[in-house]
Amino acid sequence: MGKTFAEKVMARAAGLPETTVGQVVNVYPQLIMSHAASWRCIKSLEKLGTDKLFDVDRIAMVMDHNSPAHVVKTAADQKLCREFAQARGIKKFYDVDAGIAHVILIEDGYVRPGMVLIGTDSHSTIYGALGAAGTGVGFSEVTATWVTGYLWMRVPESIKVVIEGSPALGTSAKDVMLKLVGDLTADGATYCSMEFHGSFVKGLSISERMTLCNLAMEVGVKFAYVPPDAVTRAYLSERGVEPPDYEEICPDPDASYIKTILIEGPKLIPQIACPPAVENVKPIDAVAGTKVDQVFIGSCANAKYEDLVIAASILKGHKVAPWVRLIITPASRNIVAQIVREGIYSILLESGALITNPGCGACATDGGIMADGEVTLSTANRNFPGRMGSYNAEIYLASPAVAAATAIRGVITDPREFLA
Amino acid sequence: MIGGQCIKFGDSVNTDLIIPGRYMISIDPKELAEHAFEPLGPKVQERLRRSQVVVAGVNFGCGSAREQAASCLIGAGIKVVIAKSFARVFFRNSINTGLLAVVCPAAVEAVADGDQVFVDMATGTITAGEQVFHFAPYPASLRQILEAGGLLPYVAQHVLGTGGQSHG
Repeated sequence: MGKTFAEKVMARAAGLPETTVGQVVNVYPQLIMSHAASWRCIKSLEKLGTDKLFDVDRIAMVMDHNSPAHVVKTAADQKLCREFAQARGIKKFYDVDAGIAHVILIEDGYVRPGMVLIGTDSHSTIYGALGAAGTGVGFSEVTATWVTGYLWMRVPESIKVVIEGSPALGTSAKDVMLKLVGDLTADGATYCSMEFHGSFVKGLSISERMTLCNLAMEVGVKFAYVPPDAVTRAYLSERGVEPPDYEEICPDPDASYIKTILIEGPKLIPQIACPPAVENVKPIDAVAGTKVDQVFIGSCANAKYEDLVIAASILKGHKVAPWVRLIITPASRNIVAQIVREGIYSILLESGALITNPGCGACATDGGIMADGEVTLSTANRNFPGRMGSYNAEIYLASPAVAAATAIRGVITDPREFLA
Repeated sequence: MIGGQCIKFGDSVNTDLIIPGRYMISIDPKELAEHAFEPLGPKVQERLRRSQVVVAGVNFGCGSAREQAASCLIGAGIKVVIAKSFARVFFRNSINTGLLAVVCPAAVEAVADGDQVFVDMATGTITAGEQVFHFAPYPASLRQILEAGGLLPYVAQHVLGTGGQSHG
């Protein structure tokens, strides 16, 4: 019997010839990411009674939530991280100006095929876009791994998602994933490794593959994975990362999956996750016309360069509805630089958008707070009550195209009317 | 045996409901406990504080990787969470913070909100009134982490042998 991606990647990271589903192994992650939780890791390091770190070059620290600081406590926490990184020689330290951890680490070529990565953020599954195994853990676990270099993991079962065909007009990876979350529900793939295969996936950019793997977290996965291919290699090569720097892992053709799911790309229409949970997904027709007070284009799910290009292509020549606040939070500083260079920033600004500094922004309750009774349509990945302010406010989740069309009309709008 | 009065929830209770992201500024379980389940209102919060056991449906703790979702329950006086299933990161965070998390769908079905529920780790049983339910015992490695009071004390005692004294 062949091996899945998960079985192979766990074996490599555990230094074993092979692993099998259900086996518990000690895994040595090649990258250990902490974000807003970094100060908690530093404080808990004191509890361990050691200051020896396993390998500082495996540690990445990113100040992406609540940045720059709004309150003295956060400023002090960030200062602690800054000083710790300096003192310990942590080279992959990114300050409050850099943007969202997941996006920066991929942009800078630190995420490579065949790696295992852990992070203090559930959406660490995003690293699967490059053929790596990323997963979220709590801060104590990151602290312990800083010191010991390893953590226990159970080799997960795998689910194969095969997406065929090309994307339908007005749809993107976000719509595929919202449909999948709606169909599978919030625990549809708990503990599993989700592999994405098929012609649709092969045709996707790294940016869109990031959206696939990011949203996979919302069905409870441990890892998400897209097989590395020419697109992956070209992306890494642009960053000076070449095959000797990484070794790809692909599943065997006869690997064993607990479930195979087929999705036909051309048949999709835009999808919306309705309040109060991500699994509450409806086709756009069911909620089109719902009035919104705010539109947020941001988060590790959909605030990448390509997402902003799509939003700008729809917003160009239009104005945001007078009652709507359109908040755009680019995922990284590099993305801000690129949209400024290419004139996309101006298009967004002229439409009436408020463009903030890069980071997690409103998805991490950092600005964009809603009052009681307000409604936001967001490109983020969670819509639980209180995620963006009042517990009595509502969040709808959708693609950047839906967000742009909705900002113009002021009600949830099918983007295909702007694209036809 | 640990346990007491239970508070019962439904399926897929998410971490934003358990402890909203805005309170991640703290790691003090007592301070966090003041905000545990805040989105569900003060009545639920008050019942939580009177309870020692959380009983829940499938996928308890889905969403964020925030460890405070487990530690805020410890701060609120919860000794054990019994669920039909747990979200992956919440389960790890429970063990790592020393909060017992037990999977037992039959017990969840049988228990009503407010019932007295007790868990015996040694025998792998849950007792609710006259009824007794069995759950799969933890692997030895996870029991050791729980017995040490969480991952950090475990690593200090068993891996590093430092005993966890702070260098200050």
